[in-house]
Order: sequence, then C-alpha cells, then structure tokens
Amino acid sequence: MRRQLGALLRKELLIELRTLESVPGMSLFAVTTFVVFHFALNRNSVEGDLAAGILWVTILFAAMLGVNRLFVADAEQGGFDAFLLAPGDGGALLLAKALTLLAFLVVLEVVAVPAFGLLLLGPSLGGALPQLVGVLALGDVGVAVIGTLVGAMAVRTRARDLLGPLLALPLLVPIVIGGARASSPLLTLAHPSGPAPRWLLTLGLYDLVFGLIAFALFDFLLED
Amino acid sequence: MPPPSRQPAGALEAKRRRLRDRWGLRTLLIATVLGMTASLVLVFFYAPLEAEQGFLQKIFYVHVPLAIVSLCGFVLGGLLAIQHLRTRDPRWDMRSYVAIHMSLIFALGTLITGSIWAKGSWGHWWVWSEPTLVSFLIVFLLYATYQPLRFSIEDPERQARYASVFAITAGAFVPLNFIAVRLSTAYLHPRVLGSTSNLPAPMALTFLVSLVATALLYATLCNYELTAKRTRAKVRALRRRLDADSGETKQRRPRSAAPGMATAISAPTGSRGN
Repeated sequence: MRRQLGALLRKELLIELRTLESVPGMSLFAVTTFVVFHFALNRNSVEGDLAAGILWVTILFAAMLGVNRLFVADAEQGGFDAFLLAPGDGGALLLAKALTLLAFLVVLEVVAVPAFGLLLLGPSLGGALPQLVGVLALGDVGVAVIGTLVGAMAVRTRARDLLGPLLALPLLVPIVIGGARASSPLLTLAHPSGPAPRWLLTLGLYDLVFGLIAFALFDFLLED
Repeated sequence: MPPPSRQPAGALEAKRRRLRDRWGLRTLLIATVLGMTASLVLVFFYAPLEAEQGFLQKIFYVHVPLAIVSLCGFVLGGLLAIQHLRTRDPRWDMRSYVAIHMSLIFALGTLITGSIWAKGSWGHWWVWSEPTLVSFLIVFLLYATYQPLRFSIEDPERQARYASVFAITAGAFVPLNFIAVRLSTAYLHPRVLGSTSNLPAPMALTFLVSLVATALLYATLCNYELTAKRTRAKVRALRRRLDADSGETKQRRPRSAAPGMATAISAPTGSRGN
C-alpha cells in the first residue's frame, strides 16, 4: 500500500510539475477573484465575517478548478485503465489523489493568503497566522476528500465541468460554515481571538466522516 | 399431446408476484385515502386553533410531515443504494431512484409550504435565521443534481453504480448537514417544531395522524412509480421480442435519467456504452 501510494503520488506530482496545468491557474484565479471582490463590494479593506467569507469562497472556487482537472488525464489518456491493470488498491488511488489535491490547495493558499492580506484584509495577518493555518488545514482536508470523490464521480459523465461544482458545492457547505465561522474572529480588527472549538470540532468530524465514506465508496467508481 | 410449457415455475411465480403487487398497491391506496381523509378531518375540525398564529398554524400539519418523510426518503434511498452496491441487482437501484425521486418532489413541497408559513408568521418568504429551512434548501440543492448526474452517464450499469455512490454519500450528508447548519444559527424556531412532547394532546394526535398519512402517500406513490416502470419495461421487452420475431431490428432506447429495467428482464442484444 505504501509503495503504491508513493508511486501514485510521485506520478501525480510529476505530471503537475511538468504540465503546470492546475496550480498556477488556481492561484491566479484566487488573486483575480480578490480583485473582483474589491470592485464588486466597493471596499478597500475587509475584516471579520466579510473577510472570512471572501477568503473561503475564493479558496473554494479555486479548488473547484483543481477538482475539475484532477481526473481528466486519467479519464482521457487511459490512466484509469492502467490503474485497473496494475495490482493496485482503490484506497491507494483515493489517498494519492486526495493528497495531491491537498498539496495543490496548500500551494494555492501559500499564494492566496498573503495576497489576500496584501490586497483586501484590514487587520494585519501576523498574530493570527498560525491559528489561521490550522483552520485552513482542517478545511483543506475536507475539500480534498470531497473534491476527490466528486471529481472521480463527475469525470466520466458527459457534463463533467458542470456536474463537478454542482455536486461539490452543497457537500462543501458545512466546510464553509465551519471554516468561515472559525476564521472570522481571527480576522477582526478590534479583538482578534481564537476560533471557537466547536467549529474546529465540526470541521474535524466532517473530514473524518467524509474520509470514511470516500474510502468505502471509491472502489465502486473505478471498476468498469 | 400438449406441448410442454417453457417456464412453468417462472411464469407462475411472475403471475403470483403480479397479483401480490396489485393487491399490495390497492391496499396501500385505500389506506392512504383513509389516512389523508382522517388527517384532513382532524386538522380542520379537531385540532384547536393555535393562540398566536391562529389558522395559519394548520400548515404545520402539512409542512412538517412532508419534511420528515422526504428526509427519511433520502436516507432510505441511500440504504437501498447500499443494497444495490452489495448485490449488484438493478432492482435495488430502481428502488433507490424512486425513493429519491419521490423525496425530491416532497422536498419541493416542503420548501414551498415552509416559505408560505414563513411569509405568514414572519413576514418574509425566506428566513436565513431558520436552520431547518436552510439545511433543507442545501439538501434539496444537492439532491437536485441526482437526475443530471444520472442523465449524463450513458452506460446503464455505470449510471446505476455512480448513482448509488451519490445516493449513499448524500444520504450520509443529510444528518451531518443538519447538525452543521443548526450549530451555525441561533435556535429560532416556532415552538411547535421542537418536538411533539410540548404540543397539547389534540395537536400531537393530529400531527401523528398527518405524519402517518403522508408516509402512506409516499409509499403509495413510490409503489405506483415502481409498478409503472416494471410494466413499461415488460412492454418494451415484449415489443422487442415481437420486433425480433418479425425480423425488424429496431432498437431504440430513449435517453432517460431513470434507470431502465431492460437489463434485468432480458439481456440486451449488442453492447452499449464503452
């Protein structure tokens, strides 16, 4: 399992490094979205609930781009067939894809969060950064798991670019609720405080449950 | 000498099943009509008027049972889908499809009645501070993608499999989503929705009868749809055999999001999909 996982992960990351198809697009999309928010809201700086909402919506929509691309190469160039021919395990593929998406999200946030701090955020990021990273990490795990499951489901349908976000967004609403509520006290001007534990708990629980669901069901999406 | 019949046991079994189906459907239909009548009589003539909301509160006896039944139907669709993935029997997929399809219609009814109630009691068609309504909308939006998902997969076997994966995921999502949304908003619901324990006895009785009647309606409609699909599949199979006998090879399969039973009843000629 570990060797399979290593090989699959290496393959995914190599493909991304050589083609640079997903991550640069996602990051650029996030930065552009901040600019769009600036004009759409007509604000020079945001804080609190509004800041948390903008950050999470942007990350979510940028993640959708990654989710849509995640399995395209496998579906179009025979990656699924090759995987089914190899003595591999569906769980390994799920884990490799989810970790790949997680890595994409981390790189995206390395670009997007400082850009957000620079362009839109009123309070400085400095003090709240470690806690914000923790909240983002919890949310990312959920986005990665759900994105992988939905991406695998949508990629072999006729309207995959449409179905991916349609399926994923309602499933990700609890992540947005948890993530935005947890990060909004970190981004306030007046008294930045830590996130309420119940939101972290919600995020963690949601990640865990959907991780188990994806693990149980992923094999059924592969066989043909 | 009479020719030996080809499948006596199978034919007999099918006939018995048809008879049972018809009787089951008829009994269910009668029970539903009685239940709905009883619940309407109780709602209008027995249940007392609520002190604050007056007559408006009667929509509670339609709205809440619809909501409960449709949510249970969604979860039921997930359970049936588990059964489909375990047995690979397309009939389970069909049941799961029908359960979700009916629940979707009931959910639309819930949203509309909830909206009317919100307009009547709070003055707005939509209230974000109402966790149950909001979670219901999210669940509805998720399940609204069920049919597009089915529709865009052509291979029937894969369509069934993917739909089952969706149904299980979404079925598990229903309770989780309710917990998350409820956490996110202050609890601001009319008292009547909390539980039946704080209802006066006549209201509780009326509510329970309405709930049972709505559940019966759901069961009847599901059974009707299943029977209709089974019949249509049988007609199609017969027509195909007739065409084959007369030498016509016209295989026309209408594009549909609904699972077809053709694969279960007669093996299809020629391969479809990829």
